[in-house]
Amino acid sequence: MMKFIHKTASPPYFYKLAGLWQPWLAGITILLLIAGLYGGLIYAPTDYQQGESYRIIYIHVPAAWMSLFIYVVMAVTAAIGLIWRIKLAESVTVCSAPIGAGFTLLALVTGSLWGKPMWGAWWVWDARLTAELILLFLYFGIMSLYAAISDKRVASRAVAILALVGVVNIPIIHYSVEWWNTLHQGPTVTKFDKPSIDFRMLIPLLIMAVAFKIYYVWSLFMRLRVELLDRERNTQWVKSLLMDNKD
Amino acid sequence: MMKDFFYMGGYGFYVWGSYAIAAIVLIGNIVLPKFQHKAMLKKLTKKLYRAEQLK
Repeated sequence: MMKFIHKTASPPYFYKLAGLWQPWLAGITILLLIAGLYGGLIYAPTDYQQGESYRIIYIHVPAAWMSLFIYVVMAVTAAIGLIWRIKLAESVTVCSAPIGAGFTLLALVTGSLWGKPMWGAWWVWDARLTAELILLFLYFGIMSLYAAISDKRVASRAVAILALVGVVNIPIIHYSVEWWNTLHQGPTVTKFDKPSIDFRMLIPLLIMAVAFKIYYVWSLFMRLRVELLDRERNTQWVKSLLMDNKD
Repeated sequence: MMKDFFYMGGYGFYVWGSYAIAAIVLIGNIVLPKFQHKAMLKKLTKKLYRAEQLK
């Protein structure tokens, strides 16, 4: 097992592997997105309270889930990177940040576009919204901290510590709608009771959620390849790769 | 029929706005690394050739 991990996590091996996986990840993402969009925009019925506006859910909820999920991935890989000094783990932390920031921004903007017709305001200082905004700043903080330190190994350690400290925000976001009774509606899917959402609305939502997950892996692999080339620029495998490319 | 679809019961701006921004973010996070990958390969190749010439 350890041998397998070391082999897969070695930069030259992973660089090649990620390249091979890319077209498959792209294909699966696109197929799932088509299915999810069809389901969400055409197949799912109109909501009896919110009318058609609820269709924002198919972007907003999966994006918000991803904003938390990616942060948890970053915190876990940050811990692995700190303890075992695995270069790939350090790179995953760093390369996930812009993707996570993208999803967080998407969750906030689509929430705003939903809030305007439903609540009558683009933005309110509701607990969930505020915590999500802090998450966005955490992502930005991690990105700029990494960019500010030129030694990548040192930068990775600094980023890992920041990512681990920021993880306290994750349960706060998740439970905010239960702890503080404010404007943001409670959970309809992620709770222990049966989801209080029509089955025909739920299925496209879950498809979109899976699509976003696979998309994340796809985008992450692309970023990781750039990061690995950059970090390993003086190694033999990068040099022979460049030589092969030129010929 | 088609008009209804775009009208979204009066919420067209909000619904389609959300989907448009989603498209921008998702496409951006694919196109940007693709561009960076190309630039990185180019930069490193150039550097390598310069180093070879100095030898």
